[in-house]
Amino acid sequence: MLAFLIRRLAQAAVVLAVVGLIAFAMFRFAGDPVNQIVGPDTPVSERAEIRKSLGLDDPVLLQFGRYAGNVLRGDFGISYQFRQPVTALLAERMPATLELAFCATLFALTVGILMGVYCALRRETVLAKLFQAISLVGVSLPTFLIGILLIFLFSVTLGWLPSYGRGDTVRIGGWTTGFLTVSGLKALILPSITLGLFQMTLIMRLVRAEMLEVLRTDYIRFARARGLTTRAIHFGHALKNTLVPVITIAGLQLGSVIAFSIITETVFQWPGMGLLFVQAVQNVDIPIMSAYLLLVAAIFVTINLVVDLLYTVVDPRLRTSVGRTA
Amino acid sequence: MSARMDDAAEAPDAQRATPSRLARFLGSDLWLSFRRSKLAMGAFAVTLLMFGLAFAAPWISPQNPYDPAQLELLNSNLPPLWNPDGQSPFLLGTDDQGRDVLSAVLYGLRLSLIVGMLGVVVSGFLGIGLGLVAGYFGGALDTLIMRVADVQLTFPAILIALVVDGVAKASFGSALDTNATILLIVVSIGLSFWVQYARTVRSSVMVERGKDYVQAARLIGLSSPVIMVRHVLPNVTGPVFVIATINLALAIITEATLSFLGTGLPETMPSLGTLIRTGNRFLFSGEWWVVAFPGIALAGLVLAINLLGDWLRDALNPKLQ
Amino acid sequence: MRECRACWHNFRIRAPAPIAGATTMQRRCDAVTSSLKNALLALGLTLGLGAAPAEAQNVFRFAFQGDIKSLDPYSLKESFTIGMHGAVYESLITRDKNLKYAPQLAESWETPEPTRWRFHLRKGVKFHDGSPFTADDVIFSANRVRAPGSNFQTNVPGDAEFVKVDDYTVDMKLKTPNPIAIAQFSTWYIMSKAWAEKNNAVQPSPPTATSPSYAALHENGTGPFVVAEHQPGVRTVFKKFPGYWGKVESNIDEAVFTTIGNSATRVAALLSGEVDWIDPVPLQDQPRVESSGNAVVMAGPELRTIFLGMDQWRDELKDSSVKGKNPFKDKRVREAFYLAIDEDTIAKRVMRGQATPSAILIAPSLYDRSAEIKRPAYDPKKAKALLTEAGYPDGFTLTMDCPNDRYVNDEAICQAVVSMLARVGVKVNLNAQPKAKYFAKVLAPGYDTSFYLVGWTPSSQDSHNILYEIAGCRNDPKSGRGGWNLGNYCNPKIDEIADKVEQETDAKTRDAQIKEGFDTISADWGYIPLHQQALAWGVSKKVTLVQRPDNMLMLYWVSKQP
Repeated sequence: MLAFLIRRLAQAAVVLAVVGLIAFAMFRFAGDPVNQIVGPDTPVSERAEIRKSLGLDDPVLLQFGRYAGNVLRGDFGISYQFRQPVTALLAERMPATLELAFCATLFALTVGILMGVYCALRRETVLAKLFQAISLVGVSLPTFLIGILLIFLFSVTLGWLPSYGRGDTVRIGGWTTGFLTVSGLKALILPSITLGLFQMTLIMRLVRAEMLEVLRTDYIRFARARGLTTRAIHFGHALKNTLVPVITIAGLQLGSVIAFSIITETVFQWPGMGLLFVQAVQNVDIPIMSAYLLLVAAIFVTINLVVDLLYTVVDPRLRTSVGRTA
Repeated sequence: MSARMDDAAEAPDAQRATPSRLARFLGSDLWLSFRRSKLAMGAFAVTLLMFGLAFAAPWISPQNPYDPAQLELLNSNLPPLWNPDGQSPFLLGTDDQGRDVLSAVLYGLRLSLIVGMLGVVVSGFLGIGLGLVAGYFGGALDTLIMRVADVQLTFPAILIALVVDGVAKASFGSALDTNATILLIVVSIGLSFWVQYARTVRSSVMVERGKDYVQAARLIGLSSPVIMVRHVLPNVTGPVFVIATINLALAIITEATLSFLGTGLPETMPSLGTLIRTGNRFLFSGEWWVVAFPGIALAGLVLAINLLGDWLRDALNPKLQ
Repeated sequence: MRECRACWHNFRIRAPAPIAGATTMQRRCDAVTSSLKNALLALGLTLGLGAAPAEAQNVFRFAFQGDIKSLDPYSLKESFTIGMHGAVYESLITRDKNLKYAPQLAESWETPEPTRWRFHLRKGVKFHDGSPFTADDVIFSANRVRAPGSNFQTNVPGDAEFVKVDDYTVDMKLKTPNPIAIAQFSTWYIMSKAWAEKNNAVQPSPPTATSPSYAALHENGTGPFVVAEHQPGVRTVFKKFPGYWGKVESNIDEAVFTTIGNSATRVAALLSGEVDWIDPVPLQDQPRVESSGNAVVMAGPELRTIFLGMDQWRDELKDSSVKGKNPFKDKRVREAFYLAIDEDTIAKRVMRGQATPSAILIAPSLYDRSAEIKRPAYDPKKAKALLTEAGYPDGFTLTMDCPNDRYVNDEAICQAVVSMLARVGVKVNLNAQPKAKYFAKVLAPGYDTSFYLVGWTPSSQDSHNILYEIAGCRNDPKSGRGGWNLGNYCNPKIDEIADKVEQETDAKTRDAQIKEGFDTISADWGYIPLHQQALAWGVSKKVTLVQRPDNMLMLYWVSKQP
């Protein structure tokens, strides 16, 4: 058990180290950092001095060590665009992204489970078919197209909901929240739907499939034979057994929701980390790009690690499992 | 699996057992399942239509939207033909540069499909190659490749594509010409989607590796590459084909998204994503046709390919039959 | 991006055990409950304590397509940013609603002799940190604004020496007479010496920017507003400065600035009342704003002239099919380019009528005799003939640099130019990029461009600036001459004229000299002026404000019905 734990941790560390190496390589070799820092009319001698003061002439290994040290201390360097520490910029934008990701996941879970259950229990109804069709569209259409469509419908044509930004936010300590104002809540609706639609589809399909599978199993038949009510069977047994993988996936997907918010945030001009990242790509702001990359990797690795570890606590068979593939 | 038997069989009645390829296909479960599924047939028809339109774009478009000399500013911002202000020959109207929307959509479709297919080819080659190597040789090489795959899988493809794009722009300067931009996007997509091929191929290869015929091939002295390509690879074509179909849709979406985010194809050589990005500016001003038609084309294309991929996956999955 | 679907199977394999998921969810729930608790607590606090005064606040919200990059008033010479700095910082001499000189930190000034200016400073002025404003601050600011790294070096004459006479009197001594020495003083803001020294911000944006400069993130001006919050790229909050020395016309207590890059969302924000002011209103959306009933478009001619420049400097054009020589060194090629571009149609279609075609590089309102210079008519046939004559019967290939988020429809203008040139056989590869990347490429020291689009407003409101910075020879990198002459169009005659114009005090002679300068540029086909774009602000009907042709929004003239 302990060996497994250590191996898992080591693997996570390796993943982070590899991503860190990539981030460092980007940081160091994609474009000349000095050119990004100085003004256009800086003389060559001054450039050489800056180069030296930044340690760009040291051996690469030493530079990587220094970079890793800085990153561990939470220092990702200075944004080329804003001339501000990247850490501060990301911290400022993080609440917006996390609130959006949370709402999107919440939306995906509630609506996805409801629609999935309905589709499994009333397979042949028109509504079930409609849900299936919606799920197909949700999985197929590019996120930005869905966002534009929603804006066109609810902002341009009907004028019900705002088309951009977070609305009014309230600052609580270092955290800005849109949950406490009417305009903040209204601003959350369209982006959350856009971002959550794909996960919703995923969850709906999963719930439907799992429910159908569970309903076929012996113990459900047995329960039926025992004379339990349909409601008790469906919701007390079938759904309960379905929910576990569903919630696990929702958790695992939280990382990709955060990463996918890049697109949603661009469409809705949502002032989060994703928008910052896209602007960084457009302006070749490498420090922000590499920091964001590392951050997303860290989120993913943490979530996966937690899930892995929890499973092994529960199921001893998995302790020595090799990675199975689809 | 039956194809393998055919190859091995030297019996004279092999001819009778395996009629022409077409006849074999028409008699197959796949064809039956296809004929039974109206959705699959519809999706196939739409996909075929889109491919046909894309292929024929240079001949059927009223205008070459990539040739700036053909754009006439005086024809800018015209609504579709059925609108009283519409003008012939601009069936679907024009954009702010006098670009015919219909032509732009046809050419954009072509570009999106080309980029998508090239991306699938690149990622396929990369993934199949690495998967074969990892599965066949195992050991440290396998561990290395699969670890890289694990790391890669932690990132959504769009993020990888964006990073590749940003790094390339920082390294080569931003004055890339359009061909280099296309190449860059193809490489970004290729690097983003190889993992699934690699995993699938690897697991199949690991199963096949231990089988008798591979051992036999090894015994008669065939080299590893030959065994891998000639004997092991054909067994994984089914799943690879499914992945490729679904990935085509993903690749098209990725290209469109990159272009929408402003890091893809330029406005002078618009793909569907670029058209939607530029058209988005006119959403509020009533010039809806600039964004609507490329949007419909993209949605239709992706939906059709996805449906086709879905059906193919189910049809080729023995568990579901 | 949708790879989740294919690896979906993996998730199912990885998720067989029941408890793990539940635990994750439980943790999430705990987190939610606790944050909800905090939130409710905060809500209670706001409702109980802060609500009443918050209601009484008169808040002006406004959005611009770009952001306020730095609060350092010497960091970026860009109209909008300068205007915003003008709310918190003040200059010796400002410009009033009609762009005429007006006293600000200097109560009055005189020129006892042609090479000496005397400024009488206002007494009782306090910086936002409470320290008094004195002559030392003026002298400090005069040095800082001309220090390396400043983007405003030309605002104060380079040869000027500032001398403190007493605490409230400063002399500016010049080597040669200069009638326009104070022309750019209105955007030279005065900073506090003590504050800059205390916060290690004596140099404008230090080149070793391993840590951001204090002055880029904080301000300490004397103006009627203070910056209460500054998130670069997102929002900046201005609040009234209670200790301001003068009376302020504005009735707003707080101004909230947001960056909205997407033009469609910017318009939507104005129409829904989320913001009271936007700039710019995209041309295609102006009718919609006008017909909305709650906002209007304030349009006016802008002082900015949009023009195209050509690299006449390199011996071989970069990224071109022509090798070994530079076609732009041939006057006929430049003329051909000029004649091949149909500016009237660009103004009519791309700019939807909201632009005035221009024959010279300055707006008509800034030069009295501008009407005398006419734009040559669009003539593609002649352009083609000229190209053939110059030895390019089949045209050639080159790359054009263009910003895509700086001027009104900048990329669309460039695309139209590309189309028009294609019709005379010149194949142009368009490289349109965000302004940050664009300017980094085309500006000093690389001047890495063959053909480019730029818009220019002379900050002195005077033609000399054009003859000096845009059309002057770029021979000495230390002087500001030719600093924005990216293609290095160089005719020594213009330099001579510029020097004469700088010192000439007789208006009539001066205008004649300027005319000669502009005529020389036209005769050389040195630049291709396109048009003056129209200003287009979207303004809520609740708001009254002043729009100057220099496109700066001055918060102290903004009032809003509460």
